[in-house]
Amino acid sequence: MKKGRSSLEFERPPVVEAAASVVGPKEGEGPFRGMFDQVETDPMAGKPTWEAAESFMQKEACRLALEKGGLEKEEIRYLFAGDLLGQLIATSFGVKELEIPLFGLYGACSTIGEALSLGAMTVAAGYGERVLAVASSHFATAEKQFRFPLGYGNQRPFSATWTVTGSGAFVLTDSSAVLKPRDRKGSGQAVITGITTGKIEDMGVKDSMNMGAAMAPAAYSVISRNLMDFQREERDYDRIITGDLGVVGRTVLLDFMRASGRELSEIHMDCGVEIYDREAQDTHAGGSGCGCAAVTLAAVILEKVRSGEWKRILFVPTGALLSTVSFNEGQTIPGIAHGVVMEHRDL
Amino acid sequence: MEVDKKMYESYIKEITPVHGRLRSMLQAFLSGGLICTLGQLVINGLLAMGMEKEDAMAWNQLFLIGLSILLTGLNIYPRLVKFAGAGALVPITGFANSMVAPMMEFKVEGQVFGVGCKAFTIAGPVILYGIFSTWVLGMVYYVLGLWKMG
Repeated sequence: MKKGRSSLEFERPPVVEAAASVVGPKEGEGPFRGMFDQVETDPMAGKPTWEAAESFMQKEACRLALEKGGLEKEEIRYLFAGDLLGQLIATSFGVKELEIPLFGLYGACSTIGEALSLGAMTVAAGYGERVLAVASSHFATAEKQFRFPLGYGNQRPFSATWTVTGSGAFVLTDSSAVLKPRDRKGSGQAVITGITTGKIEDMGVKDSMNMGAAMAPAAYSVISRNLMDFQREERDYDRIITGDLGVVGRTVLLDFMRASGRELSEIHMDCGVEIYDREAQDTHAGGSGCGCAAVTLAAVILEKVRSGEWKRILFVPTGALLSTVSFNEGQTIPGIAHGVVMEHRDL
Repeated sequence: MEVDKKMYESYIKEITPVHGRLRSMLQAFLSGGLICTLGQLVINGLLAMGMEKEDAMAWNQLFLIGLSILLTGLNIYPRLVKFAGAGALVPITGFANSMVAPMMEFKVEGQVFGVGCKAFTIAGPVILYGIFSTWVLGMVYYVLGLWKMG
C-alpha cells in the first residue's frame, strides 16, 4: 500500500528468515567481535586478487544465509545484489555459481537498503516466496578503485572513513512460507513492514574524504520523509540506524534534525561509528562501504529486533554516488539513502 | 528545510576535525631532516672510503631509493608517511614509494597494462611538470641572458 509521497507499507510484511555476515580480520577484531558468522583471518581470503576475495565473501555470505535458513539455492526466486566496484564485478563473480535470477544494484554504500527494499516489494507483491538480498565491500578494492594503491604513503584526514571488508546476506520470505522458526534462539522474528525510498540529495560537497557530510542530508531527507509518510514521531522507533555517516555525518544529521524540531541523539545509531573502535583501530571518522550497514544489520541489529529488545527500527543505509571520473571532473558528491522499517513479531 | 549550499560548506568546515598544522609541520621537519641526515651520513661514509664526491652522491641516491622500495614492500613506508607527511613524501624516498606502490598493487593486471602503465599514475605528473618547470625556468634564464641581465 502506498504511503505518502515515497513510502510503501506492506500488508503482508516479508519476514527476514535468515541472515549471515562474513567480515575481514579488522572488523572481526572490532567492537562486534564474536557476533559475525564468519571472520576471514586473511583479507585476501586465500585468493589471488582483492576483487576475488570480495567476491568470495559475497558468495560465502549467501551460502551461510541459505545454510542457516535450512534452504537450498533453488528455493530462492530472485537475487538482489551489489557492491562498490566498477560494473559490479564483485557481485558478478561472487554469485554466478548460485545460478539465481539476478538484479545487480548500485546504490554505493546504501546498496543493502536498495536490495532489501526491492526484495521486500517483490515478496510482498507475491512475485516470489523467497528472495535473497546481498551487498559487499572490501577495504583494498575500494582503496584501489577510488583512492591510492595500498602501499602508497599518504595521510588520511580525520573526516575520512574506513571501507568495511565484508558482506551481509538476507533471505526475505513470504510469511506463509516460514513454517518453523529457524536460525534463531528466541521465538520472535523480524519483518519488513515498510520502506521509504530516497532521492538524490546534493548539497555541493566536493571533498571525497568527507563523505559523511555528503550523505547526511540524504539521511535527513529520508528519515523526515518516512516520519511524514507514516505519520509517525521519532519516538515511534526504538532506533533510527544510519549506514555509514561516521562522526561528521552523524553530527550533521543530528543538527539538521534538531533544526526541524526533532531530537534524535538518544535513538540514533550509525553502523559506521559502531563497527570500529575509532581510537584503537585508527579508522578516523568510522566505517563505510556496502558491507558496513549490511554486516551490522545481519550480525547485530537483526538479533535485537528478533528478540524484541527493539520493537521497531528504521534502518537507513546511506550512499555517496561519486566515481573517480565525476570527482576528477570537479563534480559534487550526490548522496542517497534508503529507509527500511523493520519490526518485531512474536510467533 | 532549505539550506544554502554556501552556508552548508562553511558549517561542514566548522564541524570537521582537522590535523593540527603546527604538529604536522614539526613531524614533517623532523622526519624529512632525518632522511636527509641519513643521506649525508652515507655520503660522508663513502667519501671517507675514498670515493669521488659525484660517485658518492649517486650511490647515496641508489641507497635511499632502494631502502624506500624495500620499506614499501614490507608495508613500513606507508606507516612512516602517516607520521611524517610531506617529510617522507618530498625526498626521493617518497618518489620511489609512489612508483613502487602502484606497481605492486596492479601487478595482478599484467606486466604491460598493470605494472607498466600504472607505474607512473602518481609519479607521472611529478616528472611531467618537473621537466616543464625546468624548461620554463630555462627560457626565463635564456631571455634574461639576451638582455645581459642573467
